[in-house]
Amino acid sequence: MRATLRNLSLRSLRVWQRDADVYFTTWKTEFLPPLLEPILYVLAFGLGLGQLIRHVEYGGRTLGYLEFMAPGIVAVAIMFWAFFESTFSSYVRMYYQKTFDAILATPLLVEDVILGELLWATSKSVIAATIMLGVLTALGLVAWPTGLWVVPIAFFGGLLFSAIGLLFTSMVKTISQFNVPMFTIIMPMFTFGGTFFPIDILPRWALTVAWCLPLTHVAFLTRSAILGFASPHLWVSAVYVVAASLVLAAWALARMKRRLVP
Amino acid sequence: MNGLPGTSAIQARDLCKAYAGMEAVRGVSFDVAPGEVVGFLGPNGAGKTTTVRMISCFLPPTSGTATVYGVDVRTSPREVKRMLGVCPQEDNLDPDFDVLKNLLAYGRYFGIPGREIRERAERLLDFVQLADRKKSGVQELSGGMKRRLVLARALLNEPRILILDEPTTGLDPQARHAIWTRVRSLRATGVTVLLTTHYMEEAAQLCDRVVVIDNGKILMQGAPADLVRREVGSTVVEAWNFDRAFADFLGALPGRLEEVGDRLYYYPGAEDHVERLLDERFPHQERLIRRATLEDVFLKLTGRALRD
Repeated sequence: MRATLRNLSLRSLRVWQRDADVYFTTWKTEFLPPLLEPILYVLAFGLGLGQLIRHVEYGGRTLGYLEFMAPGIVAVAIMFWAFFESTFSSYVRMYYQKTFDAILATPLLVEDVILGELLWATSKSVIAATIMLGVLTALGLVAWPTGLWVVPIAFFGGLLFSAIGLLFTSMVKTISQFNVPMFTIIMPMFTFGGTFFPIDILPRWALTVAWCLPLTHVAFLTRSAILGFASPHLWVSAVYVVAASLVLAAWALARMKRRLVP
Repeated sequence: MNGLPGTSAIQARDLCKAYAGMEAVRGVSFDVAPGEVVGFLGPNGAGKTTTVRMISCFLPPTSGTATVYGVDVRTSPREVKRMLGVCPQEDNLDPDFDVLKNLLAYGRYFGIPGREIRERAERLLDFVQLADRKKSGVQELSGGMKRRLVLARALLNEPRILILDEPTTGLDPQARHAIWTRVRSLRATGVTVLLTTHYMEEAAQLCDRVVVIDNGKILMQGAPADLVRREVGSTVVEAWNFDRAFADFLGALPGRLEEVGDRLYYYPGAEDHVERLLDERFPHQERLIRRATLEDVFLKLTGRALRD
């Protein structure tokens, strides 16, 4: 592990740059999902579900459902973009395209490749969250300037979820095995991570479980930033997300290295 | 630049690699002199690729040492890889980029300045005759074009050593000769080449020296012509539709006789007058007398059993 960390270098940005180049050559289509996603959600939830649930009690205030839910979709996007990039996309580059193999013939080391992939998956979360923040601002759903905190939250949240993704990339034998973490980890977080309803209405045991999930903390931070809420608990979640992202990233590095260098 | 004058380009001592529950390479030692073209010859699974991948820092050796111009592959992989140009067995061109961008992105991994990469890329695309395909997607290229692009990519960092892992496997004769011509012209400029192949003709065409490897060990090495002379002599008699009397007759002569299915191979060693002898004694026997080749050496050393 120590050798792995010592081998980390800025050259990993070359790998990041490669992935970014591919992304930005098709930016018009790449930017579409994070632009349209919040609009779709806002339409569906605002026009549909919002009619049924008029108000939500949250943080001692009464919010419109849309106001409550909008930050949740940003948190979900942070999770999905990082996770998909570091699982399916990284796996395609590693296994089908042999992109890593090609890069490893150059002065870059395997650590550079893995860190580059982590940083790129993280960047996708940051890009998506930033675009969505713009859209939600235009819809009048963001408190400024606290909304800007979404960017660092997306960075550490993105790193956390890309590390989780890459851990699975280091283990799976076929690409379809990603369905396992997808439905045992990601989807439960999507539904129970404090995205669509305030989790304090859950029974006590479920509430405890929910607070163990990384997305719950990312959603709590994101929502507080977007709504401009302050709470002493924010520190707990911030420490959780930063610490978990660094620990999981180091673990993913070590696991991926073992997969790539037999 | 690196190492002292007279240093080997590549030096390997007792290299071993065990992985996936088997010993792929079991104690391989060899030297490659600067400017030399050395071919690793061996059947599938012999350990050629594993050896080459240890030299090019893809796989850490289980034991043993390897240096490239005096630099240890284990402790200074970045420095070693800077001196190498690698053409892998499997095409790993970047399908997300077009032809030119493949080279530009690859040059960045070496930290070559942008303008310099572009100049080299243009020159190399001319060299491999892909200058008119700059904007083509990698998927649109034929197998031969892809290989040429891989070669151009391997030359981008102006390597001192070119490593070609089965450079022409699966190519048609035109494409194969196109690669050979370019490798020969590189050799003329003093580039050291280490290649693996199981095509004898390729080894004979390109290599100053071949290293025959099987079951993870080096069986023999030498200049192709010397190996042929030493191991099988100058001529081979191949016969078919033969009877016992003919086989027994050859068996009684000095030299080596081999019966494989319906074919008889006779290696007369130093015998020069075998043709006259056969004409006199068995004038109607169907046979061919040909020059011995590296393939005869190869089959003698590695046997005829199928490998996969």
